[in-house]
Amino acid sequence: MLKILNLDAGYGALRILKGISLHVAPGEAVAVIGANGAGKTTLLKTLAGVLKPREGQIVFDKQDILGWPSEKIVARGCCLVPEGRHVFSSMTVRENLLLGAYCRRRENDAANLQESLEQVYALFGVLKERSNQLAGTLSGGQQQMLAIGRALMSRPRLLMMDEPSLGVAPLVVRDIYETIVTLKRHGLTILLVEQNARAALAVADRGYVIETGQIVLQGPSRQLSDNPEVQRAYLGKEYRSIDE
Amino acid sequence: MYNPKCETMPREELRQVQLERLQSTLNRVYRNVAFYKTAFDGHGVNLERIKDLQGIRELPFTTKNDLLKSYPYDMFAIPLRDIVRIHTTSGATAKPIVVGYTQNDLRNWRECAARLLTAAGVTQQDVVQIALHYSLFADGFGFHQGAERIGASVIPASLATSVAKQIVIMKDFKTTVLASTPSHALNIAAGLMEAQVPPERLSLRLGLFGGERWSDPLRRQIEERLGITSIDTYGPTEILGPGVAGECHLRHGLHINEDQFIVEVVDPKTLAPVPMGHEGELVVTTIMKEGFPLIRYRTGDITRLNPEPCACGRTFLRMERIIGRTDDLILVRGVGFFPSQIEEIVREFDGISPYFQIILDQEGGLDTIQVRVEISENLPSLDEVKAFESLRLQIAARIKEVLDVEAKVILLEPGSLRQFTGGSERVLDRRPG
Repeated sequence: MLKILNLDAGYGALRILKGISLHVAPGEAVAVIGANGAGKTTLLKTLAGVLKPREGQIVFDKQDILGWPSEKIVARGCCLVPEGRHVFSSMTVRENLLLGAYCRRRENDAANLQESLEQVYALFGVLKERSNQLAGTLSGGQQQMLAIGRALMSRPRLLMMDEPSLGVAPLVVRDIYETIVTLKRHGLTILLVEQNARAALAVADRGYVIETGQIVLQGPSRQLSDNPEVQRAYLGKEYRSIDE
Repeated sequence: MYNPKCETMPREELRQVQLERLQSTLNRVYRNVAFYKTAFDGHGVNLERIKDLQGIRELPFTTKNDLLKSYPYDMFAIPLRDIVRIHTTSGATAKPIVVGYTQNDLRNWRECAARLLTAAGVTQQDVVQIALHYSLFADGFGFHQGAERIGASVIPASLATSVAKQIVIMKDFKTTVLASTPSHALNIAAGLMEAQVPPERLSLRLGLFGGERWSDPLRRQIEERLGITSIDTYGPTEILGPGVAGECHLRHGLHINEDQFIVEVVDPKTLAPVPMGHEGELVVTTIMKEGFPLIRYRTGDITRLNPEPCACGRTFLRMERIIGRTDDLILVRGVGFFPSQIEEIVREFDGISPYFQIILDQEGGLDTIQVRVEISENLPSLDEVKAFESLRLQIAARIKEVLDVEAKVILLEPGSLRQFTGGSERVLDRRPG
């Protein structure tokens, strides 16, 4: 579904991604894990068309989308749930969700839209309860759900998520990850970027470890979870208190 | 097929997977293994320029000598505490190549061996007798783990079991599959004849062989004398062990597990890649190994690659049965050694000149090795026949001790071997095929 070859990207003189190659097969959930500043967000921003890459190849659904504007990429079925949610806080939950379907405005009739809304509400009951509430009044976890719901309104085939567990209460993280499992079961292809390696590897089929803009490890999630370097660096294993 | 999704992967998908795995392996070895960092920097390699599989050609080769020099742990790409198994190569040299496996390496190895056994036609109904080294060498373990993985009944007979006992097990336990070296299979065949057990009285149907080069005539001989179908496998310990490649039931070349290894064939003299299908030295890059990754490792084995799709449905490339060796490594009954090691041993003895000759032959299908050495002129008590005999036996015992090879030692008059000073002249291989 998604194939990336030798992707190079950065900001100004700063080179962040140094030749990243990865792929996501249809129906797969793939996790990209790495420390803060490794290039995870830059990767997703580049894929979403927010950031223009310097070099490389991005093939989505057999089409080279390198350099495409975001709205065209979304319309093609590849949607990003950004880090930090970025919901429109002065708009209602419902309005936020409807904005997510903006790219479908031409094909949409009201019934279609309503159907999409109901699907999102079925997934996140709390959004239905609060559909007329201002998004800014939601908790961090609820805002994350709203951000995911908004992305789903564009009816993507590939959902990209940037740190869905960031700034969310641990219990809610579990809810969000359960939702990801549900979405995957419904056949949605998922590319997930996370510092929370444990959560991400638990739902993903495969994973990539990114370090200073390069992939240094890849493989089935189970193999990554069992890799001692991943365990030490990202899973908090072998932690010892100082006096030990 | 053990893993159809992987083994029948379309070539285009495979190329993407290989490139991703190659790039991450390169990034990791550059960070973790001093040898590769020095080698890449020394060759002016910029890893970021390796943007496709052809890019692998910019990388320097790794030789057996490099691995020997890394003794014991310098080539490990992961701290020793994360290594869960250590094997070494067979007594090819005084100090072996030490190979470390992580938990994931063992898992992938099991998978590769399970694929190989399944491709050969082994199922969970089979009783698999493994007559291979279960020691420092990886041979026995590879087949063992793979056979357990597919649910076959595994008999770890090993090489510690005598041929006679091996045959009793084979008969009584109703062994259906034998895993061994080709020469040991002949030992067993000879034992069967001696014990007057015709192969029809066995349940044996399949043999998996590896660990040494074996000719087609030898192959036919093994099949006839044991009443089996034989399958050729390939897997040097330093690369993985059994499971790198193996024949499928069609037996037209060995499928290479290309999701784990990238192979090339190069001209052993110029080191330039040969055109697809041409003969040359096999070069292997591991793309999934964590403990002991190898980049462009020159195997010294001569073969050809076959890109034609196989009727079995596997999309992995096939390599031909090994045609020969680039170096002078001598393989006798699954044990490898260099002529220089014989030289070292010979030099230990007083009264023996440094000149020697190794003659390899076959007797009744079994490899024999004869070491001819020259008495030096200043040997005291020349007339003592007993002293000669004792010296002869001492040298043979020393060869057995160091190389684990049963050699016949012959003492010759001073001056009779002096002409054989060159490396290739010192070894005379009279074995057929």
